[in-house]
Amino acid sequence: MTDLLKSYRFREERQGDWKRLDLILTKAENGGVKNLTDEQMLALPRLYRQAVSSLSVARSISLDQNVINYLESLCTRAYFFVYGARTTLGERMMQFLRRDWPAAVSQSVWTTLLAAFFFFGGWALAFFLCLQDMEWFWTFHGQNFFDGRNPDATVEYLRSTIYTDEGTTGDGELTAFSSFLFNNNAQIALFAFALGFAFGIPTAWLLVYNGVMIGSLYAVFWEKGLGYEFTGWLMIHGVTELFAIVLAGAAGFVIGGAVAFPGGRTRLASARAAGQKAATMAMGCVIMLIIAALLEGFGRQLINSDTVRYAVAGSTLALWLVYFYAPRKAPDA
Amino acid sequence: MTATPPLKPVNTGRRPGISMEAAVQRRARLAEEMRVAKMVRRLVTPEGAAIQLKLGSASERAGAFMIDIAIQWAIVIATLLGLTFVAGALNPGSANIAFAFWLVFFFFVRNFYYIFFEIGQRAATPGKRILGLRVASRDGGRLTANSVLARNFIREIEIGLPFQFALMGGDQFGAWMALFGLLWSGVFLLFPIFNKDKMRVGDLIAGTWVIKAPKAKLMDDITSSAARPDVSSRFAFTTAQTEAYGIHELHVLEDVLRQSTPEIKAQVATRIRAKISWVRTEGETDLVFLEAYYAALRRRLEQRMLLGERKTDKFDVR
Repeated sequence: MTDLLKSYRFREERQGDWKRLDLILTKAENGGVKNLTDEQMLALPRLYRQAVSSLSVARSISLDQNVINYLESLCTRAYFFVYGARTTLGERMMQFLRRDWPAAVSQSVWTTLLAAFFFFGGWALAFFLCLQDMEWFWTFHGQNFFDGRNPDATVEYLRSTIYTDEGTTGDGELTAFSSFLFNNNAQIALFAFALGFAFGIPTAWLLVYNGVMIGSLYAVFWEKGLGYEFTGWLMIHGVTELFAIVLAGAAGFVIGGAVAFPGGRTRLASARAAGQKAATMAMGCVIMLIIAALLEGFGRQLINSDTVRYAVAGSTLALWLVYFYAPRKAPDA
Repeated sequence: MTATPPLKPVNTGRRPGISMEAAVQRRARLAEEMRVAKMVRRLVTPEGAAIQLKLGSASERAGAFMIDIAIQWAIVIATLLGLTFVAGALNPGSANIAFAFWLVFFFFVRNFYYIFFEIGQRAATPGKRILGLRVASRDGGRLTANSVLARNFIREIEIGLPFQFALMGGDQFGAWMALFGLLWSGVFLLFPIFNKDKMRVGDLIAGTWVIKAPKAKLMDDITSSAARPDVSSRFAFTTAQTEAYGIHELHVLEDVLRQSTPEIKAQVATRIRAKISWVRTEGETDLVFLEAYYAALRRRLEQRMLLGERKTDKFDVR
């Protein structure tokens, strides 16, 4: 058989190994690494290197399109498998909770303060404007907002919205309400993060807007002398929820800052580095909002004592601050 | 294949034998090859070998997204129907709980569907998998979970924002605001069309891109059947005959042999016989002739390639 083409002989000698690699990859792609036997795991790196070198030889000696395309696809798949991440979802989650999330937050102190400035600035602005002239409330909210929690409401009615009477609401209603609020807030948080790409300007607007909404409502209760009670009602979950919104805004600013002022790096590299950090923060916000929704839906409706509400608010704040900013041991590299 | 024919005649001075029509076709083909080559990125592995990655085109990306959206809606609607059925069977109070559950479920399907699939070993949602696409890190490193989160959370402004503006209506002022907003957010939506790497905003932020990773099948070598002694002795092509075509024609012939109908094979065989002035011998079928000629042509071209001469096509006379 001396009449065979060189490229054909080349292929004949190696195709057994290519097919073995193909089989291992297909198995791994379908069911993860667990499906592979020890023997296959050991063979994989050798087969991968062989396929890669086959590809470069084939490119220079073979004109068989099918062989080149096959090797090209095989090597790409093998490359992504060999150099791909090997951690399980559980490990990744643990790493996220133990290291990535607090690290991302504590590295962004300045953007967090900036986001807090916009949010509480909007809050203070609306609060003082409304205290001077309640007409502002209608400017901010329009009619029919917060089922009658407006300046025309009586003190008794407002007080009734803060506390839950026994048996007035079923459990189902609470769950529905808190899940609706979670949905809404989480979507806003992700929105604040994504809008950061437009240099953070829409993020700032979103923060101010949400601050104004709460600030004006706060003024209504304050004016009726319910400031202390309302703070308890709001803060039992608000500490977590507002912290999450501020952090989502901070994540937006991290991206916006990186895109607008890339510094010494290229704009792409800078956006990329910031994006990783900001996405971690945004993911964390979703988790915080889940906790906030639970506190809001159940904790607030079931706890009617101001003191306990303040205690819950204070301890959640302390927990978050310690979790995010307390210095921790550097990971063992 | 949509390249427009050039307005001025092609300079054919160097190759007197080339016809006008053929020159136009060749130019169109080369333009198409250039366009395809622009979508290829080289990745040098740590072993020092280069792998060519082909980027997914904007239309493929859109197609994959449509499939994913359809799947997401199917999941959400099926769950809603299922919950309605279950809640209806129980007492009315449970409807609220069912609705609450569904609402949270909706949020997670909307935002975490993509993340769930792209974080996995295949780095592709079902839609991408159907179209042979996958997400990869732009620097060739491993695709981190943070990248997957970043590229998918950004989707909120690429899809959500234009959608919200499109639904926004109201009075005249509101309509103008909506139009302005739609144009502004349209920039994010159409971002992949306007950059050479076909990146979404999310890809840009996450440092990723979407590449084609189709599974290819290794087929039999065509020359294996032509190498049988009884066949090879029958077809003795002269050097001049094997010089008639180049690599491009060889690849077209490979495609014809692998996937076309007998009628097309017959036509191609007739044209090749005419071109190389091959007299059909008794009992010679088109398929056997084509396979034998393919083997001879490839042998000749591969020999020349080993000497550093790549004869790109039949017009390449060196």
